[in-house]
Order: sequence, then structure tokens, then C-alpha cells
Amino acid sequence: MLYTGTDWTFSTLRDCYGEIDRIASEELKLDTYPNRIEIITSEQMLDVYTSHGMPISYPHWSAGKRFVSHENAYKRGLMGLAYEVVINSSPCISYLMEENTATMQALVIAHAAFGHNHFFKNNRLFREWTDSTQILDYLEFARGYVARCEEKYGVRAVERILDAAHALQSQGVDRHTGSKRLDLRHEQERARERRAYEDENFNDLWRTLPEAQHQAKPGSETDDQGASLGLPEENILYFLEKHAPRLANWEREIIRIVRLIAQYFYPQPQAKLMNEGCATWVHNFIMHRLHDKKLIDDAAILEVIHSTSNVITQRGFDEGGGPSFNPYALGFAMMTDIARVCTEPTEEDKRWFPGHAGNQDPIGTLHHAWAEYRDESFVQQFLSPKVIRDFRLFRLEDDLSQPYLLVDAIHDDPGYRDIRRSVAASYDPGLLAEEIEIVGADLTGDRILRLEHRTRPGKLLQPTDARLTLEHLGALWGYGVILKEVDSQTGAELGSYALA
Amino acid sequence: MEIIDRRPNPHGKNTENRQRVLSRARQAIQSAVRDAAAQGRIREIGQDSAVSIPADVLHEPSFHRHFSAGTRHFVLSGNKEFVKGDRLRRPPGGEGEGGGEGNGASEQGGGEDNYRFVLSRDEFLDLFFDDLELPDLVKREIASTTTHATSRAGLTSDGSPSQIDLGRTMRRSMGRRIGLKRPKPQELVDIEEEIAALEDQRPLSDNLFLRLQELREGRDLLRQRLARIPWVDPVDLRYRRFTPVPKPTTQAVIFCVMDVSGSMTEKMKELGKQFFMLLHVFLEKRYEKLEIVFIRHAETAEEVEEDVFFTDPRTGGTVVSTALDLLHEVQADRYPTDKWNIYVAQVSDGDNISSDMNKVNRLMTEAILPVVQYFAYVEVSMGGALLRSETDLWRGYKAIAETTPQLAMRQVQDRRDIFPVFRDLFARRAAERAGE
Repeated sequence: MLYTGTDWTFSTLRDCYGEIDRIASEELKLDTYPNRIEIITSEQMLDVYTSHGMPISYPHWSAGKRFVSHENAYKRGLMGLAYEVVINSSPCISYLMEENTATMQALVIAHAAFGHNHFFKNNRLFREWTDSTQILDYLEFARGYVARCEEKYGVRAVERILDAAHALQSQGVDRHTGSKRLDLRHEQERARERRAYEDENFNDLWRTLPEAQHQAKPGSETDDQGASLGLPEENILYFLEKHAPRLANWEREIIRIVRLIAQYFYPQPQAKLMNEGCATWVHNFIMHRLHDKKLIDDAAILEVIHSTSNVITQRGFDEGGGPSFNPYALGFAMMTDIARVCTEPTEEDKRWFPGHAGNQDPIGTLHHAWAEYRDESFVQQFLSPKVIRDFRLFRLEDDLSQPYLLVDAIHDDPGYRDIRRSVAASYDPGLLAEEIEIVGADLTGDRILRLEHRTRPGKLLQPTDARLTLEHLGALWGYGVILKEVDSQTGAELGSYALA
Repeated sequence: MEIIDRRPNPHGKNTENRQRVLSRARQAIQSAVRDAAAQGRIREIGQDSAVSIPADVLHEPSFHRHFSAGTRHFVLSGNKEFVKGDRLRRPPGGEGEGGGEGNGASEQGGGEDNYRFVLSRDEFLDLFFDDLELPDLVKREIASTTTHATSRAGLTSDGSPSQIDLGRTMRRSMGRRIGLKRPKPQELVDIEEEIAALEDQRPLSDNLFLRLQELREGRDLLRQRLARIPWVDPVDLRYRRFTPVPKPTTQAVIFCVMDVSGSMTEKMKELGKQFFMLLHVFLEKRYEKLEIVFIRHAETAEEVEEDVFFTDPRTGGTVVSTALDLLHEVQADRYPTDKWNIYVAQVSDGDNISSDMNKVNRLMTEAILPVVQYFAYVEVSMGGALLRSETDLWRGYKAIAETTPQLAMRQVQDRRDIFPVFRDLFARRAAERAGE
């Protein structure tokens, strides 16, 4: 017996970790980053929430805003705190709340330090877009850099850049070329940092010759202008960092910091369903194995079942369950279902999943799914009729020209595929993200930056926000900005915003 | 695997970010606070210091789409009775909201309502009185630094036993003992044991006898040294030193003077009350100790309790000098100027018996204005008052105010005016200051 009752000590944690590790590596064959477990208080948990789970973050008022609203919600009892938060880094850091019972600590170790950790290390998205070994160092650098800039140029000046860059955060990601740029990253980055830093110290001298500098700069840019701008460019922050005519070096570096952090977070929402499903399935498996091996008592396993079933509750549409699913619920159901299809397939499963039905290798099949899919393709590939039936899914067609909503598919034979397609689409980043590109910037002429939002009628940008964001964009660019909304199929202009 | 206990780490990681968001929203918070004041909810000030500000002040914009026309699909769970082809009524307010499209992945979705800040009382009052200042506060404080507080100031070699600094004293004692080679008591014990052992062995050989003699001499020497070099010597003693630091006077008294004669309506008194409260909150922030004296007057004046002051109506004519007389008396009796900062707020409808004005003038210029920090006169007038010419009291005070900066006077007609007038009276007079 590893422990009894609810109290834990550090040696209990260590013992639990050892046993969990044994099951994870021998039975589940999980491949994880080294683990670091940190025990924190509820106040520190609020801090972690504030910084999106990052252990280090640069100071900005928006963090204060998040902190205040979390704090209010927590203090008024509107919000509970998570049992743990885990960070995609190497070593993989899991924050455990001190209030957790011994069972909950074991559970969250299995969940975070093994489930999430394995997913971070093996899933394709995370491997391509994020660099878990470097992120902590990079964040440390970012915080230091921002602080130095604040000291040197004033909080207001830094805030101006950060505000603007934050507004364009979701346009600061290389959606299609993540893997290419990643290879070069750290080396280039370190070198750049040093160079930028030297440049800056050097700049102070050059600033005594203002005229010379101002004339030289545009001149040099006109020479190599043209194709070198690499238009069209979907990564607006990247473009601004490289080509905005009026930014100082440190301002470019700050834009780069925001951009790289946005890039780091980019995969997370795309694999949330799978990530939580994987972690929940893993902790459920491990905790039951601990019980089978008589390492935890019946009271503990009942607590595990209680807390797991709380987490995996999917509320129906009439009980406040919105159009987005509880990722724990759907993820866990799908993982369990895959394991079932592998070991005890029905006739239906054999028809739907000829690839893995009855292959008697649930662990291998799950490993493959965890490594090679993201939410959208995972649902498309693995959402089975049984899960659709269990969740009693149905599809609504919302045609704004009609006064009613139409039920156009339910959990029956003709409906399964429609439902599956729609659920998958609701996770498709290609459909969710706005397709905004920079299409022109006449650096030798009026320097007006032209952007295009390719979309469909009825799916235009929210106008007030678009205008405000455009102002931020204009602040970084320094000259006029025009944003056109264009029908991606007919090419017709649907709307436009201009900023002089 | 490593386990780290982060709980002892420094707390308040987000204090700075919180300050930043407050300073960013400062204007909005201030106007929220002042709206509350204008609507007469002054009593709540500082009690429930939660303010709500509109979300757009702290809004972080981003490009995101908005579903406004066309067709979309979404999948829900928990179907109980629907079959394909059923038509459902649109839920109210559902247009363009939620949906699997738009910025589902972004955390800055819609649904940002007002932001609610819970401010500490100090933060709240700071914001509330941001650009206000006590008239001549600094000047008077410097002039009347009569109280002293003690503050730590290093160490001293003499003092009272209660202030002894044990750590320092023992450190010095140890240094001295080592320096003077005071023998350790253990050495004496050892030597005495050896002597005892030798004495037991008697008769002794010559060598041993010599040894015994040596030991005895050594013992005597040790005893002498032990006796001569004390464990703690007076030169070791160190005491914590305190030094008196002059402290500005931090107590104040407000005299609330109000006309309760028949001509003052309930509404006018209510206005007066608003003003007094505002003044109280304002001064409370500045002074450690604040007292209030309520003086009401009609034909005669009396000092009363707060509830009587506001509720008990009086009738009759008005003689302002009686109140000023009483004020002067109370002040001289209980609030000497070297210990107290004195503020007066007078609320009246301006009526006074004409024959009294000379006395009022004399009292003001000779007795009251020289001792007060600030004398605020607020004249309440209702409705048709605009048509009235200047009141007796107004005219009389106006002449004094022209020569005495401590006296400030304003007219108030409506609850809405109270805060602006208050601000007006206490606003930083930057230009004036620069000119001095």
C-alpha cells in the first residue's frame, strides 16, 4: 500500500511516482520528457493561470487584467482551480496544488507528468511547432529583454509595442512552414540577440547623427525591395518585424518575442481534445492498475472514479452544454472506444475501422493516434458510431435567413458521417482561423500596407475589433493601412477598412 | 524526476501587473467612483470598494470573424427526441453568438462584461481624490511639528536593560574572551581531575610529586584568570539606540456648521450632509486622527450629536454669529492649534439678520480665520433662488474672501453639484502655487 487516507508527504509523492512510472513505462510504453513536479499554493495557481501556465512571463497590464478577473471569480466562488497545470517543456513541469489529497496527487501525476508529457513529446504538432527544450530559456530571455527595454525606453513605449503585437498575435504564426523555420531557430536567435543588443548599445552613438541615419535607411531599402518582401505574407508580425520602416531594433525584437511565444502556443488549441483525452485515459488506466496491484485502497479508487467521472461529464445541449464539447469527455470516450475497437470489435466497428478493429494492440494503436493526428483529423478518423450514439449527438443547420434551426442529422446510419464531418470541422484550424494576408506594401511610394481578408459573405470581421486592431497594426507599420475583405471564391470585395 | 516545493517562494508575483492594469484603467475607475459620488451614494465610499468599469477600457482587440449571414452547422450532444427534419425555435439572443465558428480557439472571446475591481480602501481613496489636495497642509505641518516619534538608530554602549542587544553583546563578549585567552571551564575540570587522581596514588615518586606541584600551580593560575576575566564585561554591553524623530501633526478636527432655521428645507440640509461627508472621507485619508464637531444654529447655536444634527428640525430666525462664537469657544477650549489642524465647513442658505453681519465679520477675521487651515462656505439655494440677489452672508463673506485665501465659498443648487463644488474647493491650485 503506497498510502492510506488523504494526507500526503514528499516521500508518498516519490513512492507514488515510482510505481506510476513503472506502469507507464512497462505497460503503457510511454515515452516522456524528464519530469519536474512543483507543489504550489492556490495563490500561486492563480499566478500560473495568469501567465497561461508559463513559469516566467514579462510584465504587462493584460496579465494584471487576467489576474484580477480570475481572482474575483475565484474569491466569489464562481470558479474552482485546476488540480494541476502542466507545461510543455523539457523537463516537463507539473504544478500540483497543495490542497490535493494523496489520491489526487497520484492521479494528477499520472495525468500530467505521464499523460500530457507523453503527448507533448510525441505528437507531431508539438514536435514541429514547439521547442520544449528551449522554451524556458527563451522566456527568461524575453522577460529580461522586456525589462531592460522598459528601463531604457520607458514603460509606455514598450507597452505601445506589446499592445499592438498582442492584438496581432494570432496573425503571428507560420501556419504552414513551422517545421522549416524551427531548425534554425535557437542558433540564429542567440546570435541575433547578441547582435541586436550590441546594435543598441552602439546606436546611442549614432543617434547623435540623426540626419544621416534617416536618409540612409529608406535608401537602402528601396534597393532590395520587390520580391524580397516575400509577399503575400500571412505572418503579419513577421513581416512587420522584418520590414516595418519606422521601428527601432528593440521594437523589432519585442515583436519577435510576442511572435515566437504565439508560435509556441499555436498547437495547443489544435490538439486539446486529444491531449486531454490521452491524459485522462492514461491516468484512468494507471490508477486502476495501481488498485489491481493493491497499491492503493478501495477508498482511493473510489475517489479516482468520482473525480474522473466529474471531469468527463458532457452536459447535454439543454443542460448548458454549449456547441463546443468538453474535451475531457469526448477525448476520453474516443480513447476508450479505440481500445475497445482493438480488443472487442463489433460487426459495425469492423465495417467502419477495418484498419485497427480487432488488431489486439490497443496501446500501439493509441500511440499511433497520439503521435500522428490533431483534433480535426483524429475526429475524422476515429469518431465511431458508438460514441456518437453514446453522446446522442445531433446536428443543427443554422440558416440565418430562416426563422428556425433545422435538425439535419441525428445518431442514425444516415447521420453518422455528417455528424462526424461537422465535429471534425469544428476543430479545423483552417476553417477557424481568419485568412488575412499582407498583399502589398509600396515601400518606394506611399508606403501604404495593403491586407486582404479572404472569406465568405456573412463571415466578415467583427467591425469594431477590426478597426481597433488595424489601429494597432498602423501604429507598428507607421504609415497607412488598408484592409480589404474579399470573397475567396468570386474575388468580389465585401468590405474594407482604411487607416491613413 | 525532481520534486520542488514552491510554496515558500515569494508571493504577489502579479502585484505589479495589477498595478499596471489599475493605472491603465485609472480614468475609467475614477469616473465610476465620481459617478457614484454624484448620485449621492457617498456613504458607501470606502466600505464596499468594488467598482465596475466598462470592459472596453481594457479590451484587447484582435481580428476575428462574426457570423452574420449564410448557413452553418453545429453539433450538440444530449439529443432526446429530435429526428431529422425537426425545426426548432431559435433561442433568444442567439444570433451570431457562440457557434463552432469564429474565434472558438482564442481565449479573448466575446462575453466580456464589465470588469469588477476590488480596491483596497487606500487605493480607492487615492483614485477618488487623485487631483485634490489639502489647502496649505504642508505649510502648517512644518510650522507645527510638535510631536516626536522614536525610531531605531544603530547601537549605543549604554541604555536601559530592556533595550539590550543580546546578539551583539554576546558576540563582543566572546571576542574579548578569546582575545584575553580566558580558559575554558573544562580545562579547570580536567586539571582538577588529574590532581585528584595523583593525590589518590600517594605516596608519590619524585617525578609525580613535581608534576602534582605543577598541576597545582596551573590550577591556581586558571582559577585566577577565570576570576579576573569575566564572562560578560560591562564593556561588552550594547544597547539598541533610539532617536526621536519629529513628526508632523496628524490630527485634525472638522467643524460642521449648519443653519437649521426655518428657511432651510430638508433638501437643503441633505445637500449639506453630502458635503460634510465628502469632506470627512477626504480628510480621513490624510490624517491619522480626525474628529468632528457638529454645530447647528438658528437664533442660538449649540453643539450636538450627529443624528440630532441632521434630523431634529428647528424654527426661527438666523443669527450666524452665535455659531461662530461657539465654534471659537470650542476650538480654544479643546483643539489648540499647535496640536490640531482645523477645518470648518459651513452650510447655510445665506440668511442672516442684517444687524449681525458686523459681528460675523469681526469674528471671522479676528478669531476664526487666523487659526483654521481652511474655511469652506457652501451656500445652498433651491429653485427660484437664481433670481435672488446675493444673500447677506454671501456678501459679507465675499469681502473677507478677497483678502483671505483660507476662506472659500461656492453655491450649490443640486445634489449633482456637490462633488464638482467639492473638487473645485479642494482642487490643486497649480497656477496659484507656481505664482507664490
